[in-house]
Amino acid sequence: MNTAHAPVLTGIARSLPAAGGIGLKPEHFREILDTQPELGFFEVHAENYMVAGGPFHHYLTRIRERYALSIHGVGLSIGGASPLDEEHLDRLAALLDRYQPESFSEHLAWSSHGGAFLNDLLPLPYHAATLDRVCAHIDRVQERLQRRMLLENPASYVEFAASTMAETEFIAEVVRRTGCGLLLDVNNVYVACVNHHRDPRAYIGALPLPAVGQIHLAGFASDVDAAGAPLLIDSHGAPVAQAVWDLYEFALEGLGPTPTLIERDNDIPALPVLLAEAYQAQRIMRKRVAATDEVCA
Amino acid sequence: MNIQSAFADALLAPEAVCPTGLLAWNGSDPGRRFAVYRNNVMVSLIDALADSYPVTQELVGEEFFAAMARLFVQAQPPRSPVLALYGEGFADFIEAFPPAVGLPYLADVARLEMRRVQAWHAADAEPLTEQELARLLADASLPLARFGLQPSLGVLRSRHAVVSLWAAHQADDVAAALAQIAVDQAEAALVLRVGLEVDITRIGEGAAAFVGGLQQGLAFGAAAGQALAVEPEFDLAATLGMLIRGGGLCSASIPGDMNS
Repeated sequence: MNTAHAPVLTGIARSLPAAGGIGLKPEHFREILDTQPELGFFEVHAENYMVAGGPFHHYLTRIRERYALSIHGVGLSIGGASPLDEEHLDRLAALLDRYQPESFSEHLAWSSHGGAFLNDLLPLPYHAATLDRVCAHIDRVQERLQRRMLLENPASYVEFAASTMAETEFIAEVVRRTGCGLLLDVNNVYVACVNHHRDPRAYIGALPLPAVGQIHLAGFASDVDAAGAPLLIDSHGAPVAQAVWDLYEFALEGLGPTPTLIERDNDIPALPVLLAEAYQAQRIMRKRVAATDEVCA
Repeated sequence: MNIQSAFADALLAPEAVCPTGLLAWNGSDPGRRFAVYRNNVMVSLIDALADSYPVTQELVGEEFFAAMARLFVQAQPPRSPVLALYGEGFADFIEAFPPAVGLPYLADVARLEMRRVQAWHAADAEPLTEQELARLLADASLPLARFGLQPSLGVLRSRHAVVSLWAAHQADDVAAALAQIAVDQAEAALVLRVGLEVDITRIGEGAAAFVGGLQQGLAFGAAAGQALAVEPEFDLAATLGMLIRGGGLCSASIPGDMNS
């Protein structure tokens, strides 16, 4: 697998390399430029770069010149009952125009209500009305940004009495209607399936896998619910758990090599620690390719 | 969708309530599960404030800060998904927060920290070149010139020793540095991003009036006059030198000068 730096950017349509990537953190800006580690891509949270100028843009500009880039939104509130925030869409359009990322993704969740931004990825019930609204929002996003977006499956802690569809059924229908792609967050699959007592492999098998354009891997924290059953929390504050690596390997059987991000937003470790996790994802991808080649030979 | 209103209200409510219509697979009380969202929202926003106001946090301690920040978040949740400048109203909130009344300088320290964050993320602008500056300073019409300043530049005047307090918290031995400070000493700060760092410099009353005047669009001469009125010993050359060294002057226009 070619894990060399992204080729010189030409402005034509590109995609992320099927390699490992990590979230770009300000703590690592200088070290990345100084050491230029081999890496498939970096990912940033869109909202962190919606500022006028200063060090964030200084470093992202220089890092983007050397690496492929994924821009990941956390504030669009696609699952929200309110109309999309057009000002926020304008800011996103300007950011994507400036950095020309290979990928743009957002969440199946809501985060704004009544003018307040709640800074968390909140769950929604799955039924005909929410399906129509989510599809309308994604249509609008793709029209405004003039590109296909990837939608990320959520980690959640509660379910709704009002739901009439399974999450996978809802996601499959969104993909079918809007033509958006999927960001398969394998940690979210694991967390949600433990929290709601479902089979994570069946969950992955029920998704429209050809739509997957990127994978996220992250660590979780463990708690228990009121009955003492395990309740996993999508903390992004720990290394990827073995169960999630195993589920990742299972997902790759259906997907083939796929751009894979190591997400870490809390308790940020030293850069080499994150790079090692990205390289581990690459080793698993290579192992799967080799296994497939043997079967075909 | 009423469920979202109920969900959002319960996230920000001071007491732990759980919206109706939530389920857990094992029939357990969904309140415990809902509490994860409440905690995520509160902790992440309190952390966002702590990131922007580290000295304010050190001055009152983590526990006091978290309690105060929690009340602020409940009263004034973010209005935008862009959190870089969240908490611009925090200093006013602190000023009116009875438990903080014993620290009358706390609100101004918070104001200084928000200026610093604003400077950090402010737009980039090219300073005037040495040649441009030399030509302007030699121009007989200099008193009429109006300067455009670096977008990151800010001035803060306080009845308290806010710059000294802030600087003491950057020192290796904070307690020793704090012991030297007379907190009731009025101070003014110049906040300016130089390169990729934000500098906070203590300046005199006159310098603060001068830079503040330029910022409001006063002509050079009028701003200098305003500075001398508040501080007869105001040192124009030194203040100008400080601004120039920091790249604070970005443009200038002299009425009738076609080259400006």
